[in-house]
Amino acid sequence: MSEQVHGNDQAIISVENLEHSYGEFKAVDGISFTVKKGEIFSFLGPNGAGKSTVINILITLLAKQKGNASVAGYDVTNDAQKVRESIGIVFQDITLDRDMTVWEILEFHGRLYNMPREERKKRIDELLTLVQLDAKKDERTKNLSGGMKRRLEIARGLMTRPKVLFLDEPTIGLDPQTRMRMWEYIKGVNNEGTTIFLTTHYMDEADQLSDRISIIDQGKIIISGTSWQLKNTLGRDIIYLETSNNDAAVRLLQDLPSVHNVKTKTKGFVLMVTEDGTKVLPVIIDTLRNAGIDSTTINLKKPSMDDVFVFYTGKDLRDEPAGKPVVILKKTWRAMR
Amino acid sequence: MTLGFTTIYWRDMIRFVRFKTLLISSLLQPALWLAFFGIAMSSSFDKLMAGMPVPPGMHVVGYLTFMGAGIIAMTTLFTSLFGGIVILFDKNWGLMREILASPMNRNHIIFGIGLSGVTKSCIQAIIIMVFGILIGAAFFAGFTPLEIIFGIIGILAFVGIFALGFLFLSAAIAISMESPEGLQGITTLLTMPIFFASNALYPIDAFPEFLKILSVYNPMTLLITGIRYFAIGPDFIALGKHYQYTQSDILLSYLGLMVFAGLMFVLAWWRFKKAVVT
Repeated sequence: MSEQVHGNDQAIISVENLEHSYGEFKAVDGISFTVKKGEIFSFLGPNGAGKSTVINILITLLAKQKGNASVAGYDVTNDAQKVRESIGIVFQDITLDRDMTVWEILEFHGRLYNMPREERKKRIDELLTLVQLDAKKDERTKNLSGGMKRRLEIARGLMTRPKVLFLDEPTIGLDPQTRMRMWEYIKGVNNEGTTIFLTTHYMDEADQLSDRISIIDQGKIIISGTSWQLKNTLGRDIIYLETSNNDAAVRLLQDLPSVHNVKTKTKGFVLMVTEDGTKVLPVIIDTLRNAGIDSTTINLKKPSMDDVFVFYTGKDLRDEPAGKPVVILKKTWRAMR
Repeated sequence: MTLGFTTIYWRDMIRFVRFKTLLISSLLQPALWLAFFGIAMSSSFDKLMAGMPVPPGMHVVGYLTFMGAGIIAMTTLFTSLFGGIVILFDKNWGLMREILASPMNRNHIIFGIGLSGVTKSCIQAIIIMVFGILIGAAFFAGFTPLEIIFGIIGILAFVGIFALGFLFLSAAIAISMESPEGLQGITTLLTMPIFFASNALYPIDAFPEFLKILSVYNPMTLLITGIRYFAIGPDFIALGKHYQYTQSDILLSYLGLMVFAGLMFVLAWWRFKKAVVT
């Protein structure tokens, strides 16, 4: 084995100035980040932001073009073999052979990684219990439900006790209950010392699970931090308003000392405030009333990861197309609470 | 790690056995070729040849026996050239990602797929031999039991090395392709000249010069020469032509096939090294 870094705060993944282009298109444009040993790290971004490219480089499926990247202390280009031995992967799409049984899927994986027979047998039994698939051991995967398939894939990712587990949208298409159970598995695995690299489109998932989060858009990392830090960048509270004259209202309110950011929406606008929203709200209403502006809708909430994501990527996952009635937008906003 | 290819082999055989339509059709197809094409052709050819004088004491074989060797070769060619399709399926269904992201050496993937293809081809060859004998092909006629065993081993050794070569070629094409249609297109393009520019169905002596040269070095011809030597004997007459094989002819044919398989392995190794499956 080559020399490796130990200790809890050490970087287990480190990426420096990574660049990757497909022809003219720069999918990854100079990205740097580190993942610390033992943490759950979330990598968020809209579709086409460059997430998959970064992951594929880290798991050695895509040859690195420019920059540096190492996983578990090994360079992804020069020590690809060592990297492969150190990682587990749960791919975005289901990658199970339909005609193999649950047991065979795990057995095949263990053999791919050259695990000794005894260890394979023990691990498979353990994992099938963990993901509650004991009873389905001899079932072909085509007969499993979506949730079972996902659980099997997670079990497969854990077969080799990897140092780093890559989870690429692991709960996509699962029902809320199954998702929550999946989170429990992921936390459990992490507690046993496996570093988790997670991508997801579910902001609550990232919020619940991650120690740290990076948001990537158009090939660049826009912001990194704990979910608490990220939410704080938006302010303490978020106030959504619809008024009889939005333009005038925005001009008026953006000068209030407690308002640190304003974002206009289709029918209204959002104020991010640095003080307790319940205290600021009366001031806002008074200010508007004095200027002769009526407020028709008011909503006060704590910033969520959804708000963070929308704010930094400018892409609202749930934004309705323009021209829809206002009711939908209000509903959308409330649904985000 | 040295036995990594057995893992790939194991999985591919599971798939072969489970995929019932593929299993049955691949076992039935060679028998059907022999039954329809073989019987039809041999009845007309044997009638044509009936009036030809035969030197006394010579071993004369009917057309069914002659082309039976060709059918074994043809089946092996088709199965092997198409064998890489499993790689394409794995690629398109995302299954290849698991394998390529694992520490498994890529040579073992090529070799495991090759080996499972060889197994399939050997099973098919045995089916054709048994079925051929049932419908009247004079395989191993006049052989002692020991010679028969030796003959079968010889045939399977030839079939095996030939299958390996074409599976490597097929794997190399498949890993570079995006769609099964592409593989099918190239496969069809390749099978025509390989099959017809060989001695599978007729002697090559009457070919025009350039076709003859092509045929002599065609791996297909080398394979068929080997099969006929082990299934019929070193000295026989078929379609009015006297065939004589020496042991060094056979050895050279086998060496030729080994060189071919070696070259195809290098090709596959190069394509796999370049492979990006995301």
